[in-house]
Amino acid sequence: MATPRPRIRLDRNEISAGETIEVKTLVSHIMESGQRRDGDGNVIPRKIINTFKCEFEGEPVFSCDIEPAVSANPYFQFNVAPPRSGTLTFTWIDDDGTEITATEDVVVN
Amino acid sequence: MNLVLNRRQALLAGVGAVAAASGMAGASAPALAAAEDAAATILEFTGGAEPTMGRVTLDVPEIAENGNTVPMDVWVDSPMTADDYVAEVLVVADGNPRPGVATFHFSPLSGRAQANTRIRLAGTQNVIAVAKMSDGSVFMDKKEVKVTIGGCGG
Repeated sequence: MATPRPRIRLDRNEISAGETIEVKTLVSHIMESGQRRDGDGNVIPRKIINTFKCEFEGEPVFSCDIEPAVSANPYFQFNVAPPRSGTLTFTWIDDDGTEITATEDVVVN
Repeated sequence: MNLVLNRRQALLAGVGAVAAASGMAGASAPALAAAEDAAATILEFTGGAEPTMGRVTLDVPEIAENGNTVPMDVWVDSPMTADDYVAEVLVVADGNPRPGVATFHFSPLSGRAQANTRIRLAGTQNVIAVAKMSDGSVFMDKKEVKVTIGGCGG
């Protein structure tokens, strides 16, 4: 399966010190819950993104342990208050070990 | 002869009725178990402490037409400084086959202890958010969501 390309939107990339940036992320993923059955009555195996994390220069900002009760194409909105200019790294981890990563640069004046 | 057969049929019908009744009891048991599971999940998260209502604002729709994707927003009142911040927020749904929904981990770099995502709800039930502060105190909020079409079946 081709690695899905995540979509990330920051409400702005450039802030003054002490301000907060709102981050919205969306990644295409089936998020198969492991509760459903196929036409023959067999359980369809679980396949979800089980972890999402956002780091600023290696320091944790926000992360999430995800259960099957998170909807398909998981969307997360959260906030970042970067103390200086740098790079935000976003990582999504699939049940099968696949990692999807993306980065965004922010500027603090 | 005819009468005996009828008796047998009646007996069989009786057995069937008992089986059906126990089947129904079996169906209501998971719902009850789910609520207990949710309570157990919360206690495990808090380390046995009973969370206090307040400081947490859980924003979910009163009525969700599609249980497959219900918008959920959680916000915790906190200064989010290095000594006083929200460490974790657990979200559980007490009527789902498995109560856990998500656990958010915040840090002082988060700026605001707020997160928004979309969740699946199997049916009408309570959604509960429990926040654990950096000093270990726990707070919660609880909202009921009426679900028109559940989002767990296939």
